[in-house]
Amino acid sequence: MASALPRLLRAGARPGRRWPGWLQTAGPGRTLAGIPAPAASEPEDSETHRKILEEPLRHADFFNVKELFSVKSLFDARVHLGHKAGCRHRFMEPYIFGSRLDQDIIDLEQTASHLQLALNFTAHVAYRKGIILFVSRNRQFTHLIENTARDCGEYAHTRYFKGGLLTNAPLLFGPTVRLPDLIIFLHTLNNVFEPHVAVRDAAKMNIPTVGVVDTNCNPCLITYPVPGNDDSPPSVQLFCRLFRTVITRAKEKRRQVEALHRLQSPKRAEGHGAADSPPRVDVSHSL
Amino acid sequence: MAAPCVSCGGTLSYRFFLVGRVSLARRQGLWQTAAAGLQTGARSQILRLIHTTVVMTKKSVPASRRETYTEDFIKKQIEEFNIGKRHLANMMGEDPETFTQEDIDRAIVYLFPSGLFEKRARPIMKHPEQIFPKQRAIQWGEDGRPFHFLFYTGKQSYYSLMHEVYGKLLQIEKRKDLLPEKREMKDLIGSRWLIKEELEEMLVEKLSDQDYMQFIRLLEKLLTLQCEPAEEEFVHKFRRSVAIQSKKQLIEPVQYDEQGRAFSASEGKRKTAKAEALVYEHGSGRITVNGADYLLYFPITQDREQLMFPFHFLDRLGKHDVTCTVSGGGRSAQAGAIRLAMAKALCSFVTEDEVEWMRQAGLLTTDPRVRERKKPGQEGARRKFTWKKR
Repeated sequence: MASALPRLLRAGARPGRRWPGWLQTAGPGRTLAGIPAPAASEPEDSETHRKILEEPLRHADFFNVKELFSVKSLFDARVHLGHKAGCRHRFMEPYIFGSRLDQDIIDLEQTASHLQLALNFTAHVAYRKGIILFVSRNRQFTHLIENTARDCGEYAHTRYFKGGLLTNAPLLFGPTVRLPDLIIFLHTLNNVFEPHVAVRDAAKMNIPTVGVVDTNCNPCLITYPVPGNDDSPPSVQLFCRLFRTVITRAKEKRRQVEALHRLQSPKRAEGHGAADSPPRVDVSHSL
Repeated sequence: MAAPCVSCGGTLSYRFFLVGRVSLARRQGLWQTAAAGLQTGARSQILRLIHTTVVMTKKSVPASRRETYTEDFIKKQIEEFNIGKRHLANMMGEDPETFTQEDIDRAIVYLFPSGLFEKRARPIMKHPEQIFPKQRAIQWGEDGRPFHFLFYTGKQSYYSLMHEVYGKLLQIEKRKDLLPEKREMKDLIGSRWLIKEELEEMLVEKLSDQDYMQFIRLLEKLLTLQCEPAEEEFVHKFRRSVAIQSKKQLIEPVQYDEQGRAFSASEGKRKTAKAEALVYEHGSGRITVNGADYLLYFPITQDREQLMFPFHFLDRLGKHDVTCTVSGGGRSAQAGAIRLAMAKALCSFVTEDEVEWMRQAGLLTTDPRVRERKKPGQEGARRKFTWKKR
């Protein structure tokens, strides 16, 4: 599992496939508040940059996402409750623990492992300054998801999904538009209980997806499915909180690492040989 | 210097001048260098014009998207407009400092008279902000990350507005549990909701009708709940005041002439005829039209009946004197115009109930019927040419 994990990560997060320019020169960008980021955020040499990007890939759980949730907390948030057996999707059968009074119960052990993979992947994408898009078509949680996306500085799309948004983006937005690097589905189905168009389009555009799949959803095209309940408010709030924490944590870590390297390079120029390994971030235990 | 012409067809024609030695005493200095180069015979040669056409391959120009105007371009246009405004003011002999847009419009109409029917095709000189449509700058930074968190929806301004309004609704509903009171809606009179075009202009985004209706529904729901002054102000940003048009008949004020006689004046129109009538309060039923007696001006009985109708309706046949002027139209149209003018003038001497009766009788409404134009392919306005089976 430990060896498979870095392979998985490297498989998904290969840099420079679609946009060779962006990830090589992560130039000074603007934050969502409109304030231009400090010009000195770009590391001076590509060697430092390569080290910054490769360091997290050497650890299995660099961002320590395991501590953010537990099977008990998932159970308390009612994540294990699925739909009735009649709504069950054939491909969700491996993830279902059983059924009680005709209602399917999702196996939380599997959920925990899938969720850990998904959160880890999200953290790595956020660390590498990728664009994350939250997608959902459930009107009950539109406001919550948009707020979550805004709070962590990422993007949301909880409205009517226009036809060629991902596949015909240069025409809709402009020739030099940048597509999302990760799409997180909090609801995989749309309002008519059909798979959301973005699942298929993301697969077409080689965009990795993380998705909360309920017992009536199709987990096939989703890169990191997370079997769980997507209808109860506590469950969706838990997922939003987890994603927000993980993304903010990863971004904070990136800022710290860059600041550290910036401090180190003038020191090295002066002749200091000591190269301190970047310490682990002081994680605040939050659930 | 010959300016290069725009190659629309892809061909450029060059003119080659064969310069010979032109023996002109005055121009010798100019041509000497050329002549020295060519070394032709002693005879002066005629200037020959050789017209050669160089055919270039036609490049297929792809259909361009909407023209994007850069900020610098717009700024330059604004500067040029301001300078041009001052020049125009000087030309018209007015003060450049106090030259308003109306003055500019009048000056342009004077300097460039245009007979075109389409008003929008006539020459205009307006501030560039009114001419160039408002456009969006690039929505993302150097690293490609969009600025707005709802960028990928396509309609970021509209959806962020909906998000904001919904957020306010939720806040109010949370507070509602503490204070369940409702306020009356008295601020709605005299204002209307923004129309779809105005909202599109405000957001610089295209909207659909359903989007617009959803938005208005949300705002109305917000109004039905009790809201704080800040939220009221927010909602009123999307309302425009409307001039309340009173449906009441405008009653002319009574005026007094030099002899102290009370009269009232008003105008009337019918087809192309325009009339102005002065109705004196006390008189003996004399009507003067364009200086002549009505009997002479309107020989036809029908026209005189039209003039009689308002007085006959109010049973005041011999009680008022009328002086009127009329121009345009034919006899029937002039009669109708005078009738309307007299009826309107009579309103000032009559009770409100009688005004209402007159209105219901149709005496106070301008007849909107005008001559319909003849259409091509038809004999007249409606009459078609005789249909021939073969």
